[in-house]
Amino acid sequence: MLLPNRDKIIIRCTLYTARVYEKPNRMKFLNEYRDPELVEQYLQELHECTTRPWSIMEVCGGQTHSLVKNGILNLLPPPINMIHGPGCPVCVTPLHLIDKAVYLAMEKGVILCSYGDMIRVPGSRMSLLEAKARGADIRILYSPLESVRIAQELPDKEVVFFAVGFETTAPANALAVLQARTLGLRNFSILTSHVLVPPAIEAVMNDPEARIDGFLAAGHVCAIMGTEEYVPLVERFQVPIVVTGFEPVDLLQGILMTVRQLESGQAKLENAYSRVVRPEGNLPARSVIAQAFEVADREWRGIGTIPGSGYELQESLAAFDAVKKFEVPLEKAPEDPSCIAGLVLKGIRKPRECPQFGKGCTPSTPLGAPMVSSEGACAAYYYAQV
Amino acid sequence: MASLLSLDCPLPQLEFDRILLGHGSGGLLTNKLLETGVFDLLNNDWLAQKHDGAVLQLEGPVAFSTDSYVVSPVFFPGGNIGELAVNGTVNDLAMCGADARYLSLGFILEEGLLMTDFWEILLSIRQACAAAGVLVVTGDTKVVERGKGDRIFINTTGLGPIHPQARIHSNRVLPGDKVIVSGPIAAHGMAILSVREGLEFESSIQSDTRPLKEMALRLLDTAGEAIHLFRDPTRGGVATTLNEIARDRKVGFRLWQRALPLDEVVAAACEILGLDPLYVANEGIFIAVVDPAVEAAVLATLHGLPGGSQACTIGEVTDEHPGQVVLHGLIGGKRVVGMLPGEQLPRIC
Repeated sequence: MLLPNRDKIIIRCTLYTARVYEKPNRMKFLNEYRDPELVEQYLQELHECTTRPWSIMEVCGGQTHSLVKNGILNLLPPPINMIHGPGCPVCVTPLHLIDKAVYLAMEKGVILCSYGDMIRVPGSRMSLLEAKARGADIRILYSPLESVRIAQELPDKEVVFFAVGFETTAPANALAVLQARTLGLRNFSILTSHVLVPPAIEAVMNDPEARIDGFLAAGHVCAIMGTEEYVPLVERFQVPIVVTGFEPVDLLQGILMTVRQLESGQAKLENAYSRVVRPEGNLPARSVIAQAFEVADREWRGIGTIPGSGYELQESLAAFDAVKKFEVPLEKAPEDPSCIAGLVLKGIRKPRECPQFGKGCTPSTPLGAPMVSSEGACAAYYYAQV
Repeated sequence: MASLLSLDCPLPQLEFDRILLGHGSGGLLTNKLLETGVFDLLNNDWLAQKHDGAVLQLEGPVAFSTDSYVVSPVFFPGGNIGELAVNGTVNDLAMCGADARYLSLGFILEEGLLMTDFWEILLSIRQACAAAGVLVVTGDTKVVERGKGDRIFINTTGLGPIHPQARIHSNRVLPGDKVIVSGPIAAHGMAILSVREGLEFESSIQSDTRPLKEMALRLLDTAGEAIHLFRDPTRGGVATTLNEIARDRKVGFRLWQRALPLDEVVAAACEILGLDPLYVANEGIFIAVVDPAVEAAVLATLHGLPGGSQACTIGEVTDEHPGQVVLHGLIGGKRVVGMLPGEQLPRIC
C-alpha cells in the first residue's frame, strides 16, 4: 500500500499539487511493479525481440537512478544501450543562478529556501551548503508553500525560494507565487530555474554527436503536462517516444515497447504509464502553471541556451521574480573546464568516460552538478560503482 | 506534548515558568531547580549526597561510553530527547556487551525553556532509567543565553560491567558470519522528519527508541563468544554502520533487499521522499554479526523478547569485494551501497 486508507490521494510534498494517484481499489503498486517474475518475463521478451544495437535515452534522472539502483543496466540484452538524458533539473541549473542564490543569502541576508539537492551543487565561489556553514540563512524545504509561510511569519525578512525543476514541480511553485500574491506579501520571491522536457529532446536530436534511436519520456512530467506535445517530436524526428514510469517493471515495459517499435521500423508515441498519465495531463495543475508562468528561453548548464525551453514568471508577477527584484552585481563565472557535464547530460559520454570521474570529481568534491544531485547520472554511477 | 494536568507526577509549585540564566549560576535559583525538580524525580543514594561526584564500586572489566543529544524537535512521535539520551548511552554500552548500571546526566538549557517541557523531559528520563535498569548518579546543569542553545542539549555518560561471556570486537568479524537485525529499520529518522517538516501521514510514524540492553545480554547468555560484534545503526543508518565495519575489517557484506524488515508506513514515507531506508537513523534496533552456527538460536532468543519479534537475518559477511557493502536487489540486480558524503536529502521530483 503506497499510502493507507485513501481512494484519491493528495500528496503534499514537492511533487504534486493536484491529485495524481487515483485508485478505486487499493493495490500494492510498488510490489507489483517490482515483481521479480514479471521482470524476468520482460527481460526474456527483450532478449528474444532485440536483433540489433539500439540506443535509447531515458530522459528523467529519476529513471536513470532506478535503472542503476535496480541493476537493470546489467540485466538488459547487450545490444541495448541506455543513454542517460538531461532530466536532472539540479544538474542543468546555470552556474550563475547558483551564484546569485549564494550572493542573496550571504550579502543581502535573505532567507534562501531550497530543495535539498540544490544546496550541495558547487557555485563558482561556494555551494549553498557552504554558505549555510558561513552563517547564511539557508533552509531546506520539501514544499515551496513552506517558504510562503516563512515569509508570512517573518514580514521583515526577504524570503527567496529557489524554484528548480522540470514541469513536475512547476504547479507547486506557481501555487506558491499565487498564494503569496493573494496574501499580499511583499517579501517573497522565487529564483526560477524551470526547464521543459520537449525542447530538451529537440536539442538532443539536433546535436550531430548524439545518436538516439528512441526515448523513454519522463513519467512524472507527463503526469502533469500530458503527452500531446511529444507527437510533433515523433513526427519530425521519426523516433519512438514511450512515456515510462520509474519502477523496474515500468522501465522494462517502456524499453520493450520502444525496442518493438524500432525492430519493426515504427515511430509513434505510446504511453506505458497510463495508470498515472493521461493524454491531457493534469488539468488543474496545468491551469495553475498557466496562471503564473510563460514559456521563455533558458540556459541549461553544460548545454547552453535552448529556445523556449523554460518557464519565467509572467510580467504581472514580476514583483515575485527574484532576478528582477534584486540587483546582483555578479560577473558570469566560467565553468570548471575539466567538467564534461554537458556531454554527459546529452548522453554523448557516459560518466565513466570522464577523466575526473571518481578521482578529482566525487560526491564529496564535485566538479559539476551531475555528481552531486540525486538525479545526476554521475552520482548514480558513482554510488552504485557501475 | 502533555499538559500540566496529564503528567503523572505533577510539576511542583515554582515561582518561575521558564528556565532563567540564574538557574545555571549555582546560587539560590539553581538550588530551587535542582531541589524541587531534578532531585525529586531522580532520587537515589548517590544524588541524595549532592556531592561533586559519585563513588561507585565496580569489579572486573567495565564499559564506559558517552553521547550527546541535540535532536530537534525535542518532542517527537514515540519519544523525546530525554529518553533518547538514556536509551542512547544504555545502548552504546549494550553494544559493548555491557550491562549499563550508572549514568551521568548533563544538561545545557537555553534560557526561556518552558518548565513544563523540562519537567516532561525529566519524567521521561526517570521512566527510561527505570525501564533500562540504570541510575543517574551524578550530573550537571548549565544555562546559556537565549539564542545560544536549541532549547535543550543533553549529555549522558554511562558505566556498566561487561557480560562474562562477551568477546565483542570488530576483529572477530569473519567471512561467513551472519548479519542479523533486531527489528524494522528507518523508523526513528522518518519520525523526526515527519514532525520537522510537518509532513502528514495518515498513520503517525513513531520513533523506535528503546533500551537494547535486555536483548543484547540475553543473546550473550545464549551464544556468548559466538557473538562477534554488536552495533547500533544510529546516524547514517544500517548502510553507514556496515560500511564502517567493512572498511575497518576489509571484509565485504552481502545484503538481501527482500530480507530487510520495514514497516509499511515507514516504507511509504521513504518512497514519497525518495529516501533510502538503509541510510535513515534508528534508535531502537541493533545489528549482531554472529557465527553462522548460532544464527537460529540468536533469532529464536530475539523473537521471544520485547522489541525483537521482527528480528531477521539480512545478510552475511564475505571475503569477496572487501570494503564494500553490496545489496542484492529484489529483481536480481546488485548494487554497491556506499557511504554518503553527508546527510541524505529528499528528491525534488
